Amino acid sequence: MTTYSARSFVAAIDQGTTSSRCIVFDHGGAIVSVSQKEHRQIFPRPGWVEHDAEEIWANVLDVVHGALQKASLTVHDLAAVGITNQRETTLVWDKATGKPVHNAIVWQDTRTDQLVKELGEQNRFREKCGLPLATYFSGPKVRWLLDHVDGLRRRAEAGEVLFGTMDTWLIWKLTGRHVTDVTNASRTMLMNLETLDWDDELVDAIGVPRAMLPEIRSSAEVYGTATGTLEGVPVASALGDQQAALFGQTCYAPGEGKCTYGTGSFLLVNTGDKPVVSENGLLTTVGYKIGDQPAAYALEGAIAVTGALVQWFRDKMGLISSAAEIETLARTVEDNGGAYFVPAFSGLFAPHWRSDARGVIAGLTGYIDKGHIARAVLEATAWQTREVVDAMNADSGVELVALKVDGGMTANNLLMGFLSDVLDVPVVRPIVAETTCLGAAYAAGLAVGYWSDTESLRENWHKAAEWLPTMDAKTRDKGYRKWKKAVERTVGWIDEDDNDE
Amino acid sequence: MPGPIQSIERAAAVLRLLASGARRMGVAELARALELPKPTVHGILRTLQLVGFVEQSPDTGKYQLGAALFHIGSSYLDGNELRTRALNWSDSLASRSMESVRIGTLHENQVLVVHHVFRPDNSRQVLEVGALLPSHASALGKVLLADDPVGLGLADDEPLKAYTAATITGLDRLSDALEQVRQRGWASDVEELVEGEVSLAAPIRDRRAVTVGAVGISGPVERLCDEKKQPRAELVSYVREAARSISRELGAIPW
Repeated sequence: MTTYSARSFVAAIDQGTTSSRCIVFDHGGAIVSVSQKEHRQIFPRPGWVEHDAEEIWANVLDVVHGALQKASLTVHDLAAVGITNQRETTLVWDKATGKPVHNAIVWQDTRTDQLVKELGEQNRFREKCGLPLATYFSGPKVRWLLDHVDGLRRRAEAGEVLFGTMDTWLIWKLTGRHVTDVTNASRTMLMNLETLDWDDELVDAIGVPRAMLPEIRSSAEVYGTATGTLEGVPVASALGDQQAALFGQTCYAPGEGKCTYGTGSFLLVNTGDKPVVSENGLLTTVGYKIGDQPAAYALEGAIAVTGALVQWFRDKMGLISSAAEIETLARTVEDNGGAYFVPAFSGLFAPHWRSDARGVIAGLTGYIDKGHIARAVLEATAWQTREVVDAMNADSGVELVALKVDGGMTANNLLMGFLSDVLDVPVVRPIVAETTCLGAAYAAGLAVGYWSDTESLRENWHKAAEWLPTMDAKTRDKGYRKWKKAVERTVGWIDEDDNDE
Repeated sequence: MPGPIQSIERAAAVLRLLASGARRMGVAELARALELPKPTVHGILRTLQLVGFVEQSPDTGKYQLGAALFHIGSSYLDGNELRTRALNWSDSLASRSMESVRIGTLHENQVLVVHHVFRPDNSRQVLEVGALLPSHASALGKVLLADDPVGLGLADDEPLKAYTAATITGLDRLSDALEQVRQRGWASDVEELVEGEVSLAAPIRDRRAVTVGAVGISGPVERLCDEKKQPRAELVSYVREAARSISRELGAIPW
């Protein structure tokens, strides 16, 4: 058995949408152990999604304990713990008792639909916060709670209750401090991207009392020392999940970016120390901020349905029993047979933004079998990435030269190869596919001096796999043309009376 | 020559029916679908259950295909599934050993590479997923052969091909080597496939303790072996730890 010296590991807690995980990393950035636990998805009404924050906290303690136990470690072996989290999910709790006043409202929840419309034109706050008015973001969700939980506004104004995203909730539970980091704060619509502080105009317009807002700190600094299960361990980083992945992929220079392939997929590109306002349907967000150093900004392209389409194919079509088997099925045929699948299940997102669109499978003939459909399902992820990359290239004025990828779908060789083909650039997977946790661990490790600087983190980045384009330009162009035609066929499907129940 | 045996035909029909649906079926349902009396179907199911070809749910009493049936099938664990489940641990193995990692499954007496992680030195390397390796001359292959229920099925084939002077070509010697692999729980190929190259591997097992794949590293003899050309103990332990972690991921009892 290997023996380890004291404080030789860093742990990361990933509080995600469906589960909480704890991963312990060594100095080389390699995974030492993993523990994971799912939590309940609460659906009180159609379109509403909630989480029980107490359950999440209990699960976090469980997975921390589990990860340590699996590697026969104790808290004394940890130099620091970092946090990464599902973004935008909103919680309000009682400052005195620590009890949530309501379940957390999850980012996918659309209950603020009407409120968001009332707040005005989509781009009203875009200049200041980098975001369009949309149901995802935390500000309107807090406002909903203030409007709907009895007496909450009065208590918020009196400073009796606290607002936080999941990073804030966990840091508060671990250390007793009420703080958030710039990346999470940048998803509230309440933070000014230039000042990196709560903005009076935004806070007033959305209607959130300042007394309930956490202090905005950097992404990598010691927020406090944990008590309880992690007794004595510095809590030293917080990053929204996509920003954590950007950090874990060591995208520290302007122009460097990554795409994380999960249920949805998120392409983020570092734009340096100035926010870039998108003209092509992308979001402007904070990438990270290390201690006192200037913040690094990022452009973000979100694709709503990628892995979710494979899950849909598995669960609703029943042709495969696990997501990984889609590759086996897709390989039973040579190509898509002319079929294209546009998964506009709840409209088209970046860069189209058409809420009246719905999904289509185009190009169907009697020749098409399940293998072709499986291909079309996988290819949909690649073509959607192509659209976002095109928007990113247009906004940043720089052509992407290689795409760093991570997330569960990178295990799919067929997809990664095809992605390289349609982007016509190399697609590279780093040796740690769990870049979200790795990013949180890196930031925490930097804050406590476990790693000396970002340069040493770059040295940990290694290519685990690389897919090179092999498709000829003619085939690629034809495929993209067909994809675009399929996309055209999704728009305008929803009519006025479709929303009448 | 006698005609087809009716009870085997009927048993096959039951299995086919259970395999066609994604769900479990009860005796009555099966009897109706096959137009056979319930007691007949029940008798067939009892026998199939005895040999492990079907399993009965303790909760609902319904039947599904059993584990033993999968073991004798070739695509028991989907290679793509194995890669997905192994991803974290094969990455860690590459980081710790600083060598390239491969995961293989047995495919018509050869090793099919289902996953490949580059040697983490950022040098130019080519993804070798889908490549076939000779099973008697690779560590991955020896691990898989050692635990293969058919054993040295390749005995019927042409003589074992010699790739280097060190390749094991005699069946007796190979049989001894596999016995050693079974006993110590890992395998090596020291310049048996390529001069100067060494590979080490250990078995990946599922929750029924069946070997469903092998994970290993490969690299130059100078890095993987000591002066006596013995595999370095530390590297062997990394490989075995990775194999255990993947097995745990597949539901094997932690050991």
